[in-house]
Amino acid sequence: MADIKVAAYICKGCGLGERLDTDALVKIAQKDGKVPLAKSHDFLCNADGVAMIKNDIANEGVTHIMIGACSRRAKTEAFFFPENAVARANLREGVIWIRPDTEEARETTQDMAEDYIRMGCAEVKAMTAPGGNTNTGSSKTLLVVGGGVTGMTTAIEASKTGYSVVLVEKSGELGGWAGKLYKRTPVHEPFKSPADTGVADLASLVMGDSNIKVYLNATIAKTDGAPGRFVVDIATESGATHTEDIGAIVQATGFTLYDMNKLPELGGGKSPNVVDQAGLEALAKAAAAGDGIIRRPSDNQPVKSVVFVQCAGQRDPTGTHLSYCSGFCCNASIKQAMYFKDTNPSVDTTIIYTDLRTPGNGEDFYRSAQEKGVIFTKGKVAEVVPNGNTSTVKFNDLILGDTDASMVDVDLVVLATGQVANSGINIDALTKPQVEGQEGESAAAGTVEVKPISILNLTYRQGPDVPQLKQGFTDSHFICFPYETRRTGIYTAGPVRRPMDIVQAREDATGAALKAIQALENAELGRAAHPRSGDLSFPKVRLEGCTQCKRCTVECPFGAIDEDEKRFPVFNESRCRRCGTCMGACPVRVISFENYSVNTVGAQIKAVDIPDEFSEKPRILILACENDAYPALDMAGMSRNEYSAFVRIIPIRCLGSVNTIWITDALNAGYDGVMLMGCKSGDEYQCHFVKGSELGRVRMSKIDDTLKTLNLESERVRDLEVAITDIERVPDMINKYAAELVAVGPSPFKGF
Amino acid sequence: MSANTALAEKYRNNFLKEIEEQVEMGDWVKMCMQCGVCSGSCPTNFQSAWEHPPQELFMMIRAGKREEVLTTTSMWNCTSCYNCIVRCPRKLPITHIMHGIAEYAHRLGKAPKMQPTRFFSGLFWKNCTHTGRVNELKLSMGLYFKDGFGAGIKEGMKMKDVAIGLLKAKRLNPFELLGGHKCKDQKGIQAMLKKAYEIERSRKAAKMAG
Repeated sequence: MADIKVAAYICKGCGLGERLDTDALVKIAQKDGKVPLAKSHDFLCNADGVAMIKNDIANEGVTHIMIGACSRRAKTEAFFFPENAVARANLREGVIWIRPDTEEARETTQDMAEDYIRMGCAEVKAMTAPGGNTNTGSSKTLLVVGGGVTGMTTAIEASKTGYSVVLVEKSGELGGWAGKLYKRTPVHEPFKSPADTGVADLASLVMGDSNIKVYLNATIAKTDGAPGRFVVDIATESGATHTEDIGAIVQATGFTLYDMNKLPELGGGKSPNVVDQAGLEALAKAAAAGDGIIRRPSDNQPVKSVVFVQCAGQRDPTGTHLSYCSGFCCNASIKQAMYFKDTNPSVDTTIIYTDLRTPGNGEDFYRSAQEKGVIFTKGKVAEVVPNGNTSTVKFNDLILGDTDASMVDVDLVVLATGQVANSGINIDALTKPQVEGQEGESAAAGTVEVKPISILNLTYRQGPDVPQLKQGFTDSHFICFPYETRRTGIYTAGPVRRPMDIVQAREDATGAALKAIQALENAELGRAAHPRSGDLSFPKVRLEGCTQCKRCTVECPFGAIDEDEKRFPVFNESRCRRCGTCMGACPVRVISFENYSVNTVGAQIKAVDIPDEFSEKPRILILACENDAYPALDMAGMSRNEYSAFVRIIPIRCLGSVNTIWITDALNAGYDGVMLMGCKSGDEYQCHFVKGSELGRVRMSKIDDTLKTLNLESERVRDLEVAITDIERVPDMINKYAAELVAVGPSPFKGF
Repeated sequence: MSANTALAEKYRNNFLKEIEEQVEMGDWVKMCMQCGVCSGSCPTNFQSAWEHPPQELFMMIRAGKREEVLTTTSMWNCTSCYNCIVRCPRKLPITHIMHGIAEYAHRLGKAPKMQPTRFFSGLFWKNCTHTGRVNELKLSMGLYFKDGFGAGIKEGMKMKDVAIGLLKAKRLNPFELLGGHKCKDQKGIQAMLKKAYEIERSRKAAKMAG
């Protein structure tokens, strides 16, 4: 740290020169920031300004740069100095754009700008330029787990992009669910009749591709390592184990139909003439191999009437069965009804539905089924009573209001039972003590089976499979980052992450393949994957100070940290997403990043000038999540939504990275209040690091003890949920809180 | 039909097939997707005139409720405003289907006898085919006396001012009651009608034969 040289640059463009006393800011940088080299420039981000900085780096030996100009989110290409530590003081979006341009406001606006310069100088001095993780691997091979449509598509897409693929399939042949189908719902014009599944073509493409190595009858015995250097043991049927070096993994393990034996009231398991959709596909395949006539299983007589029961064991509000809609089954039943109508139009085919949902081009397909004479009856099936070779279907006719409607002498009943993810072991259920299984818990456990067999067999401390979110589907934010799991370099695609049909699964497969390729490329270069894609910083730990409390290993949302035999944490940098949750959790503060640490934020907190209690200038610290809250604040500036001049905002990587020492420091320094702005947590989370904001909030819920020991009011710390869209709301929240604090009165710690 | 066979017929396609074969535009019934836009669009429905709105009638057909469908007054209430046809997302010619079902119920003698629309239709047809011209006085009086002599007198008294006005303006000739004016070629008219019936019969027979 001996040979650092800090330079501060103040920009006068974008109105900064007119609104602020930039000469005073330069002086502040020199005097309070103790920066040897401080300059202002009329237009810092233009070629001349950037050249000035570059010249100082080359000729003046500048290593650390503090730029007082616009937000750190703006002009990132101009102010790109990869060899140097860079801090940005947000004078534009954070000061002049959120303050009125009036004479009265001038003083407080200038105060604000001066504090940001002090903070920027303090921050940059606590930073070093990130050098990138060196503990990397360079395997460029993709492992695809599962040989269904999703898996095969992933393999083919990755191979086309030039990457080698290892594909592992549990069964003896490729195809998965789609391989069991007689035909699929059409994906091409005119969407009128069931189409060929295309599985055979896909399988022959995979088998014929020299880039793709296929293991059939094989499972994953062990997955060790990290992105770029996974070592995967593949166990084959013969008992032999093959070891492969893998860069990234796509898990495409698909789904199993919900077990119809759990639906005895709908005749599930009670008669061979009540089948699920897989059962009907098998009948149709057998018929196609013979005379084309679908026969009822009990006595092999041709089926003359068939009833399809939609939402069987799905969309169940009681918690006994699946609570969700699987999305594919309406189209599947329409397709299966056509199997009958296309061979013999006189077969009575009735689909009993509550809400018919036909995604994709299903509407045309639905119409085509009506034209073919498939009858759609809106109703809720109450009971299927098998009796000899036929069944009686009792239902509530929702159009005619007939609660006692029934169809008798039905030859075959098909239950549309929906998808249950093959997602391996629910590691959260494993870690949760069994006593917690009260009503809600046990209902959830009844809904989704905890399958005893792990798919990936990860050697991670946090468990052998990827975490699940709801109903057994793997955790991925279905809008913002669909294929991400909470294990870096491992992606899920297809029905294992949410219910879907073949079209969606193929789209998923392509997306996941590309994400996996990005992950292994980033891993080789020692960079972070999503959401801090390309970030070169990584957590460094001072093990001498570690007390082995395990908070970091337990809390890491991505299972990046293992433990060694002496129970010290082992950081697997390539698995890390750089959220800093470990840093926020560490009670002895031994975890830090080169450009983000307890120090870089702590120094900023301490750098702010705190006026005394008689000045009527309170100070409020805002720790704002850089993913949502900070952009929202920037955008508030762009829309010129004004907020209080008494706030000092510090962007943080995630609410999870907030160490309670910052709060204590701030309150001790005389701040009147602290606002924490993080993303929504829980099942409907919006946190980019999935669990970061939740863990941060759990930590902050205990802040009251700290406040009590300081003898402070609980209003002094406020935890807020802010979304990126809160452009109008965020200034409002700030102003309300500032007004509230006036009522609470100034902090008693001022002036010490 | 025994109770058991009645049960067996329920939700089977037999009645739907009958409608498809016998009713004009009946083969559209299966295309209804039960969205209910027709019912929501029907102006008569605002006066609760419909025992069963169109989409419900279609469902009843599919459910095999033959008696209920053929004896209901619902389709007789259609005013042919065509709102449902315009709005139906499945492009069903609902107005035509309504008239088709009504006509079929009439043909089978199942339609409610005194339903005003049906009564008037019958009256109009008889009146018009009798002489080849519509005798307005006889037609309106026929309608007045639909529900009996007393009700007819009452209705007539209610309308007497209008009738006197029409008399004064020479728009109403009381002597029309004695027979009224006719088409010149009475025989020709009857022959034409006979031929028309014959054509329709053979058309329906051809349809039945497939």
